[in-house]
Amino acid sequence: MRSVRRGWSWWYLLFIVESAVILWPPFYNRVEPTWLGIPFFYWFQLLWVIVGAAFTALVYFATDE
Amino acid sequence: MPPGSDLPNLNWVALCVFVLLFGFITWLGFAAAHWRKGDLDQLHEWGLGGRRFGTMVTWFLVGGDLYTAYTFIAVPALAFGAGAIAFFAVPYTIVIYPLLFLVFRRLWHVCHKNGYITAADFVRGRFGNRWLALAVTVTGIVATMPYIALQLVGIQVVLGALGVSGGGFAADLPLVIAFMVLAAFTYSSGLRAPASIAIVKDILIYVTAFAVIIVIPIQLGGFGKIFSSVPAQKLLLAVPGPHTTGAYSAYATLALGSALALFLYPHSLTAILSASSGRAIRRNAAMLPGYSLMLGLLALVGFFVIAAGIANRPEYAPGFKQFGNNFAVPALLLHSFPSWFVGIAFAAIGIGALVPAAIMSIAAANLYSRNIHREFINNNPTDKQEAQMAKWASLVVKFGALVFILFVPTQYAIQLQLLGGIWIVQTLPAVMLGVYTRWFNDWALLAGWAAGTVTGTAMAVATKLTPTFPLALGGYTFPGYTAFFTILLNLAVVIALTPVFNAMFRRRAAVDETVAADYRP
Repeated sequence: MRSVRRGWSWWYLLFIVESAVILWPPFYNRVEPTWLGIPFFYWFQLLWVIVGAAFTALVYFATDE
Repeated sequence: MPPGSDLPNLNWVALCVFVLLFGFITWLGFAAAHWRKGDLDQLHEWGLGGRRFGTMVTWFLVGGDLYTAYTFIAVPALAFGAGAIAFFAVPYTIVIYPLLFLVFRRLWHVCHKNGYITAADFVRGRFGNRWLALAVTVTGIVATMPYIALQLVGIQVVLGALGVSGGGFAADLPLVIAFMVLAAFTYSSGLRAPASIAIVKDILIYVTAFAVIIVIPIQLGGFGKIFSSVPAQKLLLAVPGPHTTGAYSAYATLALGSALALFLYPHSLTAILSASSGRAIRRNAAMLPGYSLMLGLLALVGFFVIAAGIANRPEYAPGFKQFGNNFAVPALLLHSFPSWFVGIAFAAIGIGALVPAAIMSIAAANLYSRNIHREFINNNPTDKQEAQMAKWASLVVKFGALVFILFVPTQYAIQLQLLGGIWIVQTLPAVMLGVYTRWFNDWALLAGWAAGTVTGTAMAVATKLTPTFPLALGGYTFPGYTAFFTILLNLAVVIALTPVFNAMFRRRAAVDETVAADYRP
């Protein structure tokens, strides 16, 4: 795969995973399991903010020229 | 009885803290002119802070710019009123960062190499079409104006909650003073003023947010108790019935459409372009989610308000009557904290309104002076004339927003801001896809922009200016954000017309003044 376009990195697939999961509400639209009394719907999305930041940091370090 | 005089009495302690903090940032705003000193008679110095902001300042500046005071009032207010759907702000602020990391880093590089200070500058250089650039410019200015007005709503609500009231002109005086201060330091210091104030504002906002998120749940007996007091229909998205994607598609398209629109707003781009390197932008894509987390936590505050039963208390009834659900957060703060802390929290919201308002007015001023005045009125201004024109334009823009908020019902500002989101996303093909490809025909881009803008406006009017449109296709209904549907239409028009227009106007090939290497480090 030497012909891969300049500027593309397979690490960017993490961004697609990150966005696809959070843009699919059926995946997290439920109450159980709760955490500290917070319904899944809320704590999962907040957790995903942190996961997204971690993914971005990972891509940053992996692709930094 | 003059309107407003039935609000709770003046809260002196909170007001003093509020005024002191306001005085401090006023001084800071003027002093900022000397920060990383540059020649403020050049537009990129006044309007982009000389492109000198490193990773940390960019973090504060972009954070203070995107997560506005209005957001911190309106998102919890929506959660309080409508429940789970308000949480779309969280996926929205997740999806924006891959876009920042990939697309806007490229835009930063090309703007840096060619001295562009606005999106319209880039479009003009890339596609060589002044009318397409004009469309991008006008869309940017028109979408920004109601956004500035909304920031004033944030100040109005906290002033009302402090008990500052009176009849006629006296009622508006504090707001007018706050705005004159804002106008003066923006005029004299340019982007350096909101950048320095953003640091103070963000620290205050974080302190407030953590206090709210930790103290109030303890007062209310824990998250379990809070969520059990939320009515079931507000707790989750309604599961869609047969033949419709219901709340699910509304939620996802609101998040995605808002995310696509965000960095197209002139004030977002101004903050991005003021960064000193592409690396600072990419680092911030990983660091800015700190604000998203805070926004998500603050969205829960809407449920705290429900659990605390504040809306039923007679002492807050006049505030709710005057400001609607936007009074929910100020009421909860008044209810839960001592006066001195209320002063800090309200100052955070008030100052939090000034930062984006300043950046928005600078962004609109950059657009006017660079892409309208220079392009169509005076082709060859000196650097000093161009910067001076921008300073005047920033005053006009702010004065316009102030007049709007004083004399036009708040509801119109909210509805116009909604329309602004639909309009600004129509510049996506030229700006965001333009940084990847020159394939599109410039007139096709203009046609797509026009189709998206007209259709989007018509759809918004048809739904009585609500954000989602129930698109019916083959027996199915897809409720979704109008901006999302219309950007698809826009793209379809651009793709269909590009080969047609290329064939029709073969003689006239517009010049692309950028080269591939401009888009990379």
